[in-house]
Amino acid sequence: MADTNEKVLLDVGGISISFGGLKAVNNFSIKIKKNELYGLIGPNGAGKTTVFNLLTGVYKPDTGRIILDGDVLTGKKTIEINRSGIARTFQNIRLFSNLSVIDNVKVGLHQHHEYSLFEGVTHLGRYRRVEKEMTEKAHELLKVFELDEFAEFKASQLPYGKQRKLEIARALATDPKLLLLDEPAAGMNPQETQELMDTIRFVRDRFDMTVLLIEHDMKLVSGICDRLTVLNFGQMLAEGETRTVLNNPEVIKAYLGD
Amino acid sequence: MSSFLSYLISGISLGSVYAIIALGYTMVYGIAKMLNFAHGDIIMVGAYIAFIVFTNMGLPPVVAILASVAGCTILGVLIERIAYKPLRGASSLSVLITAIGVSYFLQNSALLLFGADSKTFTSLVNIPSVTIMNGEVIISGVTIVSIAASIIVIVLLTLFINKTKAGQAMLAVSEDTGAATLMGIDVNKTIALTFAIGSALAGVAGVLLCSTYPVLSSQTGAMPGIKAFTAAVFGGIGSIPGAMIGGMVMGVVENLSKAYISSQLSDAIVFALLIIILLVKPTGLMGKKVQEKV
Amino acid sequence: MNTKSKTFRSNLVTFGLVLAFYAVMEAMLKGGMLSSLMKGLLVPLCYYMILAVSLNLVVGISGELSLGHAGFMCVGAFVSAVFARTLGANLPSMVELIVAVIIGAVFAAIFGFLIGIPVLRLRGDYLAIVTLAFGEIIKNVINAVYLGVDSNGLHVSLKDVKSLGLEDGGEVIIKGAQGIGSLPRNSTFTFGIILLLITLFIVINLINSRQGRAIMSIRDNRIAAESVGLSVSKYKLTAFVISAALAGVAGVLYSHNLANLQATSKNFGYNQSIMILVFVVLGGIGNIRGSLIAAVVLTILPEKLRFLSDYRMLIYAIVLIVMMIINSAPKVVEYRKVMAEKYFKKDKKNADGGEA
Repeated sequence: MADTNEKVLLDVGGISISFGGLKAVNNFSIKIKKNELYGLIGPNGAGKTTVFNLLTGVYKPDTGRIILDGDVLTGKKTIEINRSGIARTFQNIRLFSNLSVIDNVKVGLHQHHEYSLFEGVTHLGRYRRVEKEMTEKAHELLKVFELDEFAEFKASQLPYGKQRKLEIARALATDPKLLLLDEPAAGMNPQETQELMDTIRFVRDRFDMTVLLIEHDMKLVSGICDRLTVLNFGQMLAEGETRTVLNNPEVIKAYLGD
Repeated sequence: MSSFLSYLISGISLGSVYAIIALGYTMVYGIAKMLNFAHGDIIMVGAYIAFIVFTNMGLPPVVAILASVAGCTILGVLIERIAYKPLRGASSLSVLITAIGVSYFLQNSALLLFGADSKTFTSLVNIPSVTIMNGEVIISGVTIVSIAASIIVIVLLTLFINKTKAGQAMLAVSEDTGAATLMGIDVNKTIALTFAIGSALAGVAGVLLCSTYPVLSSQTGAMPGIKAFTAAVFGGIGSIPGAMIGGMVMGVVENLSKAYISSQLSDAIVFALLIIILLVKPTGLMGKKVQEKV
Repeated sequence: MNTKSKTFRSNLVTFGLVLAFYAVMEAMLKGGMLSSLMKGLLVPLCYYMILAVSLNLVVGISGELSLGHAGFMCVGAFVSAVFARTLGANLPSMVELIVAVIIGAVFAAIFGFLIGIPVLRLRGDYLAIVTLAFGEIIKNVINAVYLGVDSNGLHVSLKDVKSLGLEDGGEVIIKGAQGIGSLPRNSTFTFGIILLLITLFIVINLINSRQGRAIMSIRDNRIAAESVGLSVSKYKLTAFVISAALAGVAGVLYSHNLANLQATSKNFGYNQSIMILVFVVLGGIGNIRGSLIAAVVLTILPEKLRFLSDYRMLIYAIVLIVMMIINSAPKVVEYRKVMAEKYFKKDKKNADGGEA
């Protein structure tokens, strides 16, 4: 595994949220180091996606704080959080179904390649140059995920596995510091999962990325994650080195039941 | 003072009719999750049926009302089956546009069948008016019937929803269609029943509306339909008490605006009120906030 | 870049169609081959096409159902008419028209902005009804307005002419429900086509820009759009305001094509808004060229098929319902998707040169 320097990129302290009396996430904390591949695992309904929603501003935490690379993100809105450096994919893939594959990536590039509305409506000024930059950058990203040949296809026409990859490509296009992947291997066969593992490692190295992922596929988790946190019924059950956590009897019990 | 009371009372009368219409809207929206833009035009159909039976054929008012209710019920169920059911699961924009198509269909069918000139609707209500405050304020028979009708409808509807199996099925479908199916509820039948009841109410409303404002044309249902939908949204779409409150408020505001400000601007004021409420409370007075799953 | 040139070619075709249409109509006009009916339809065709394209920007590109489009047309029409009767009265015709268009567009855009801010926060169905309500409010209020001019400037009243308090020599411009009279009637077909081409330029360019992509991505998946840092309200408002401005331009064409301008249910009420919506739906939601064709066909056809005129709206209604079912009914859409995937797999095999 690659060297991880000791700098803490994501510092989450004691976040909680309740929905109508039900505490979905209780006192969740995590410290992710730069360039780590960190796994968030736990049985279904444990609150993992809820944690993602808290980290990305979809929900505001009732308690606690979220700090990314020194920026306090607690309570901020999704847009601001993305601009501060967190990008995500979704459990149920959320692509821009009517846009082409390459346009999906270009929307991810939107924030970092600018021209004014006037230039957009007249196609004057910076339009040509910036569009060219975006097209080149988008193709680059698509090539990383072997999607370039499908660039002009409508996103909804891609098969499931490729749609997942496109979602990751789009998230990367926003030039984040931290990438949240929500069950990226869902619905993939063993070969595709292996490819995905290689891709995630490649992304970490090539894009100097830090990754937090939710996953059920234990092969992927044990294969690429440096450390893990286990969630059960909204509570943290265990955390630490992958090997240690996966051998923890409490963790095994939580997954298999009594 | 007495004139204010008169206006207020006719406002409540109009409001009762709006409330009955709004109930139809809110039921369909809450359970079938769609905005039946054609609801107002079903009212118009109901009024025409009553007109034909009562004025043309000379049958007694009760028969006319029953014919109207029956006709509207059948129409509502047919519309649902033919135009709306295929679109279940489609975007609400598509469904709304289809409903607009149905509305136009009804309006123009009526136009073709009955011509463009409006008919004078003879009131079906034979109850004598009541005078209060030494004869200064007259409460017309229609007013009494309208208010009574709206109260009866609300009570029956609430009992139906809470005490009958079919009513509980409606509640279940409005909460979670998927779960309802798993519980063995026939969603198709439930939605059909919803439209049936909503349309039956539209029939009643049509009779009452035209007994109050006796001008009947193909356009008769359009504006009241929109205003009643406004009332339903105002009260919180999907909420039965909300529809009642919304209807009453709309009727009173409209009448008082007509009386004290301007007949021209009364519609503008009514709509402005809707907009203001929606800005403050985007889901209406008694509406529920719906969380989208991420 | 495969699609880039495809899109470019497609847009060229659209512009080409408009120019060809113009050329043909002008030729027929000069050659005396147009009936007086058709002559009278030339300018209306222009503003209907502008209205259809601008509404498609909101409905098709931004994915919001606006039922108050006629309200913005109304604003553009009346503001420009007031201008024509006051400041513009002594300007040369072309200058007056150009300034009127700018004024109409700006005012309509302002209304679009003011209405858009609260309205675009609402969910789909609510948004539709509120836009309808706004359209009705605009129409009703204008019907109640009395506007007069004298040496002291503008006087406004919501009651009657007398309360304007005009001096002798003052002029009443807007007479409440009677509207505005003595308008210059200086719209021409050529001017209308130019405005249409400008409209197309703006809308098509917008679609092919990063702002257009942003707007469409928000339409397709609001939450995903937010997750990549897009401001939903900013882009929805952008589409809404541009659309309103263009509707205002159409309104200017409309008011400068009449001697008398009144706000009735027929021309500025929700019936008109729905008529334009029918153009958009039949032409294909999101399909700009389709909007043009639908607007032309649905404006000319009824006139040609006079014998069917009684049944016209009925036929529209049925066609509308049928089209919606074909385009949006889940079972139909699923069927089409399965067909498309089969095509995709065939293509993919060719691209890989073998099994995937």
